[in-house]
Amino acid sequence: MYLHEFQAKGLLRNYDVPVPGHGVASTASDALRVAKELKGEAWVLKAQVHAGGRGKAGGVKIVKAFSEVYDEATQMLGMKIVTQQTGPEGKIVRRILVEKATEIKQEIYLSFLVDREAEQHMVIASSEGGVEIEEVARTKPSAVVKAHLNPVTGMGHFLGRKIAKSIGLDSSLLNQFADVANKLYQCFVDHDCMMLEINPLVVDGEGQIICLDAKITVDDNALYRHPRIEEMKDYGELEPQEVRASIFDLSYVSMEGNIGCMVNGAGLAMATMDIIKQNGGDPANFLDVGGGADANKVREAFKIILTDPQVKVIFVNIFGGIVRCDLIAEGILKASEDVPSDRHIVVRLDGTNVEEGRKILQEGAKKSGLNIVTGNTMADAAKKAVKLAAGDDKTDQKKASA
Amino acid sequence: MSILVNNRTKVVVQGLSGSQGKFHAQRMKAYGTNIVAGVVPGRGGSDVDGTPVFDTMEEAIRSTGANASIVYVPPAYAADAIMEAVDANLDLCVCITEGIPVRDMIKVKRLMKTSSSRTMLIGPNCPGVITPGECKMGIMPGEIHKPGTVGIISKSGTLTYEAVKQVGELGYGQSTCIGIGGDPIIGLKYIDLLKMFQYDAQTECVVLIGEIGSQAEVKAGEWIKQNFSKPVVSFIAGQTAPAGKRMGHAGAIISGGDDTAAAKMKALEECGVYVAKSPADIGKKVAEVLKK
Repeated sequence: MYLHEFQAKGLLRNYDVPVPGHGVASTASDALRVAKELKGEAWVLKAQVHAGGRGKAGGVKIVKAFSEVYDEATQMLGMKIVTQQTGPEGKIVRRILVEKATEIKQEIYLSFLVDREAEQHMVIASSEGGVEIEEVARTKPSAVVKAHLNPVTGMGHFLGRKIAKSIGLDSSLLNQFADVANKLYQCFVDHDCMMLEINPLVVDGEGQIICLDAKITVDDNALYRHPRIEEMKDYGELEPQEVRASIFDLSYVSMEGNIGCMVNGAGLAMATMDIIKQNGGDPANFLDVGGGADANKVREAFKIILTDPQVKVIFVNIFGGIVRCDLIAEGILKASEDVPSDRHIVVRLDGTNVEEGRKILQEGAKKSGLNIVTGNTMADAAKKAVKLAAGDDKTDQKKASA
Repeated sequence: MSILVNNRTKVVVQGLSGSQGKFHAQRMKAYGTNIVAGVVPGRGGSDVDGTPVFDTMEEAIRSTGANASIVYVPPAYAADAIMEAVDANLDLCVCITEGIPVRDMIKVKRLMKTSSSRTMLIGPNCPGVITPGECKMGIMPGEIHKPGTVGIISKSGTLTYEAVKQVGELGYGQSTCIGIGGDPIIGLKYIDLLKMFQYDAQTECVVLIGEIGSQAEVKAGEWIKQNFSKPVVSFIAGQTAPAGKRMGHAGAIISGGDDTAAAKMKALEECGVYVAKSPADIGKKVAEVLKK
């Protein structure tokens, strides 16, 4: 789960990590009130959307008068931020962070994350702050410092000082850096973060180290033990289908095409999208109903696809293991009662209780007049789904040109 | 031969009294797996469908001589269950549970690396391991498997079943199939298992199923090129997955490599692995390779 910058900075404050004075605003007059409370001569307005690269897209503005705060906030609120990460549809700005401007003497980079290979937490630091760390790793790898963190002993101030030294910080800053780094690590561990990134971490005009930006991603699997973090989830950032999916604990990603997919297992779900594309079609979504899905969950999953207006054909690809085909079939029938539709449903069932599942579907389809097409194999079903979605011989043309 | 499990494997089910534990224990038994005990803290002395339940793993082993366990415990307690298996020095622990926090798995792996226990872990968030006709430790549909010469290693559960079905329809059975799980931190990985398949006389060909993210497949490819003498067929899922949905960037610089499906497929091909482009062609590729 991604946190907004203002949420992340709120967490950091609880750990006495220095962050600039700030407040959140959802109207321009709110923004003005926050700026006045903060006092000072300059402020930064930052769009609160889940999108890296927002600065370049006009989502960060420095203002130097109260009138500018009001005008720029008016402009920014409601605007659409389009970056590589948001896709062409972009994200609407609903809230902005109003922050006291900081005088920057030096910009550095600091992050904590999970190193999958080493199966440990890792800290990454760089003397080059304020730019993307991938870019630094590519152009100036010697400026990137990494170290693993021992889960038993934690980080330790010594490691903080060592890192500070190796990224070339002035000796007078060693203890201060080590202190901030250790507090950040504690916040990272305590909240089951997958990543905590401060870019840039700066030295201000008074020689104080302060976090200008903060990106935090929390392990979704650990949210059960962080109810206060879970409450921070911003459903406004999600597509309507994605909101419904998150309520029912389904893994769903919206896409551009017209073939709705319901699959069990992330690997098979991705492979299903792959084979649709290879046959000249376009998937409308990635949807993994997951292990242990019951009829109700399948019903909700199927409803999410049915309520997506761009879906022309639904492709159900289930290989039952922990998920039983009979439950899948029941779920499909129930969802079709809730949201009647004459769209074609291409079904490929295999694995646990497959015979029962097929029987339930056949009988249900007869009763309710559902447009169910059966595919014997994944390849066969994918071909049928793509053909039905094209509606005519366009499939062959697309194939020929692919 | 086969690897990891066979007809001498004696299995304890951790979390036997839960609905998943109960359901799959029945199916494993029906398949012929030697389920000797269950461990459910606080339920010691009872039984589930005739299988004796113990409070602790230690007691279960003492009473039954069990050498492996399978975990169906809910995510909040699953890491603890794995650590109990490791502490009891079982040969193998298979963890089916989905949704274990990464931080808990870091602790588990720390224990495994620093203790003297010999326990090997498969999973979590995986379908388990099966040696067809001998032992099924997992949630896979047993009936689609049959004994044979193809070893399968996969990050994905259902895609493994797909591969099993395809090779089966072309007349090839499996030596052992392992779902290693798709979580960030897991037990045995591709290379650990390839090493075992190298010395398994029954295995003539290995299918390696991967997906986008991490460098595990690329590393496996490099290892195969240097060390593995049997043909390997691979499929990588996620060729059409949208790029850049992830917000954080820092993860990619650990390996410094490209973790897209296309990059992995190319790397594997360069290492002499036979790569199937379509998930529907995994079986065909295996048949082609074994006929050579």
